[in-house]
Amino acid sequence: MRMCTDEKPNLAVDIAGLKLKNPVMPASGTFGYGEEFTPYLDLEQLGALVTKGVSLLPKAGNPTPRLAETPAGMLNAIGLQNVGIEAFATQKIEFLRSISTPVVVNFFGNTFEEYVEVAERLSEIERVDAVELNISCPNVKAGGIVFGTDPVVAARVVSAVRTKLKVPLIVKLSPNVTDIALMARAVEEAGADAISCINTLTGMAVDLERRCLRLANGTGGLSGPAIKPVALRMVYQVVNSVSIPVIGVGGIMSAEDALEFLLVGATAVQVGTANLVNPSAMAEIITGIEAFLERQKIADINTWIGSLQ
Amino acid sequence: MKDIRTTVLYNREMAPGYYRLGVVAPGYPAQAQAGQFVMLRITASYDPLLRRPFGIFRTGVLQGSNPQLSSQDYIELVYKVVGRGTRLMAQLKAGDEVALLGPLGQGFCFEGIAHAAASDALLVAGGIGVVPLFMLARHLVDMGVKVRLLLGGRSRCDILAVTEFERLGVGTYVATDDGTLGEEGLITQVLERKLGKYPHAHVFACGPMPMLHAVEQICTHAQAPLQVSLEALMACGVGACLGCVVKGREHSAQSPDYLCTCKQGPVFTAQKLSWSSTTGEE
Repeated sequence: MRMCTDEKPNLAVDIAGLKLKNPVMPASGTFGYGEEFTPYLDLEQLGALVTKGVSLLPKAGNPTPRLAETPAGMLNAIGLQNVGIEAFATQKIEFLRSISTPVVVNFFGNTFEEYVEVAERLSEIERVDAVELNISCPNVKAGGIVFGTDPVVAARVVSAVRTKLKVPLIVKLSPNVTDIALMARAVEEAGADAISCINTLTGMAVDLERRCLRLANGTGGLSGPAIKPVALRMVYQVVNSVSIPVIGVGGIMSAEDALEFLLVGATAVQVGTANLVNPSAMAEIITGIEAFLERQKIADINTWIGSLQ
Repeated sequence: MKDIRTTVLYNREMAPGYYRLGVVAPGYPAQAQAGQFVMLRITASYDPLLRRPFGIFRTGVLQGSNPQLSSQDYIELVYKVVGRGTRLMAQLKAGDEVALLGPLGQGFCFEGIAHAAASDALLVAGGIGVVPLFMLARHLVDMGVKVRLLLGGRSRCDILAVTEFERLGVGTYVATDDGTLGEEGLITQVLERKLGKYPHAHVFACGPMPMLHAVEQICTHAQAPLQVSLEALMACGVGACLGCVVKGREHSAQSPDYLCTCKQGPVFTAQKLSWSSTTGEE
């Protein structure tokens, strides 16, 4: 479709019924509960807002150091520190209700039952417009990695939480698997409405002087530009393995990076580490996408999505 | 709090391995509080990726030599070259562009300092920890508080900015591990003596964690109010990533009380923190 007028290109996309004014949203855990970024960014500009992962009970997270910078990337081992679902429902959601941008609440459990219970609680909370199920966080020994790397276990969690929810269910996949397409198909069959991928890649850093591991947790999740080619490959594989919408995540720093993910078939993108480096990164990415489409005379972003030749 | 692209005014080595970096910073002289910090990014490249946090040493206004030119707000950071990021920073020249996010965090609190003219303040610094204490000293001196700086370091090369404090009328006491400047030994020994002499002093400290631990014990014993400025690895600087947390006093695994150094700090009253283990190190 070519533009014949001076109108702005359409950036709106649809993720399983969730209407986004543009395809850009934060990756969970890099944007807090939104409020932290209000001095730098108009939250109304965003396609959606994805919260930090919430669990049944408050979670302390890992000991420090929790961060290590690596070439063109960073390792984190925050350990899913969060206020818990009760404090989320009574304190954090209030601010999110004050904005019109769709709210996607990321959640996780330490056990199968916890996943189900958090889903139940989330379904009762007004303005939870969609949920993102984290089965892929590599930091929690008892949780994430087990659910996210076994297709049978993952499918069981997805179908159990699906029955508790009325809003779209996005399942976030771990890249720490042999075949991500297998995981994607398993969660699609179990009832996922959309997939986001990838979460961080498990990595490690050492301190030569002190002869120790740089993260107190030992391992951490690698993010940032360093992982973009891996993420792009996996998003491409997943897009070509399922028929539900895919949200591309991994090392997106610029509008060009976002456009690459959209080109290989992602319906939307999540921006993570870039928010930490530049708190207004998403605003710049949205403007950049619009400018690119204008230059290319593309009237609707949906004609760009998946248009890889 | 804003994120701006701005310009380097100067970048000078002040002592071996230590630099002063002046950066154009509109609004900072009016807004920045003693103890606040900035997140600085010196390159648009992805390597190194993250910004670095730096305490603000001072703010000021440069008057142009030409009266036609308007005056220019700036900040001065003092940093030590410790790794790849700061090695690259040492190469900055006047006119280079940098990205500056700030001023960030909670600075020092002056509420408890009643009857300022009759008050004493003891500022305890370890090495580069002296940085956030200069604006603090200036503020306290303006309030009429009698300020003394206790400055410790490994060697004479690590004792910075003494003259600038002295120019404010601040009495300075120096201790070095190797005795190359001031007395030989730890600065905390000096603190014990000074607290004996000024038992009602307010204590403010910034430096390595073992020093802060010792300062905390001394102040608890002497029942002296203490504020500490902490240093931490940070990614975002705005309270989102939770990478820079320290344990609060009430912290337990069941009821987490982690505080963000970037947002709830970097200055904390000592009672807010858990000192049972090595705070921030664990």
